[in-house]
Amino acid sequence: MSIRTPLARARGLGSAKDGTHHWWMQRVTSVALVPLIVWFSISVMVLVRAHDAAHGAVQAWLGNPINAGLMIALLAVMFYHAKLGAQVIIEDYVHPESRKIAALLVVQFLLLLLGAISIVAVLKLALA
Amino acid sequence: MSAANKRPLSPFMIGPYYRPQMTSVLSITHRITGAALGVGTLALVYWLAAAALGPEAYARAQSVLSSMLGQLVIFLFTWALFYHLANGIRHLVWDAGHGLEIDQATKSGWAVVWSSIVLTLLCWLIAAP
Repeated sequence: MSIRTPLARARGLGSAKDGTHHWWMQRVTSVALVPLIVWFSISVMVLVRAHDAAHGAVQAWLGNPINAGLMIALLAVMFYHAKLGAQVIIEDYVHPESRKIAALLVVQFLLLLLGAISIVAVLKLALA
Repeated sequence: MSAANKRPLSPFMIGPYYRPQMTSVLSITHRITGAALGVGTLALVYWLAAAALGPEAYARAQSVLSSMLGQLVIFLFTWALFYHLANGIRHLVWDAGHGLEIDQATKSGWAVVWSSIVLTLLCWLIAAP
């Protein structure tokens, strides 16, 4: 017999108040990252081998809307995935609560900033 | 601090209280590579931002990244990326309910170790012959 109310059981949110959302989004982003990382690895290998990673070659690569779109998708999903992972690591190791919240804010703001900078950089190259 | 607060907690059990095993070492390596990749994105962001700034900034970034230290960081980043990718797929297979027996987890663990090494070497051999 459960002492939880039927409504609480139906919501399934538990003591963390957000249920399986964090866990699920970590899986969704990891599934998306599998093909994106394979594409990115091959792209970088081609850039280095065929063009010695020259500036013009990078410009031409991201000048193609398909590549720019894939790169922005990779960066957005990757930094979101990094945010979810960093959050779990901090929640596991950083105590007490005040330091935990401070660490969460700093790391998550930094990751958001890195994501924003890199996506703007790709857009600038794509729209140049 | 009460006695209850001094009990060893999960991440600090390995070592004094819990013998390290191949699977638990791979598990903590997944977390370490994840954190390292997060820090390593700084190099990726630097490279992209330099490319967006123009040829001079890009040339400077290229000389930093092609230095001995830069190449070492990118090489370790490549391995961490393929390890985290392969072990991430292992986790997704577990999430689907497969490969949870101990012998299967050990076998898939070695597959992760070797595929991460082979993919890293393959990448570097193809990109920089």
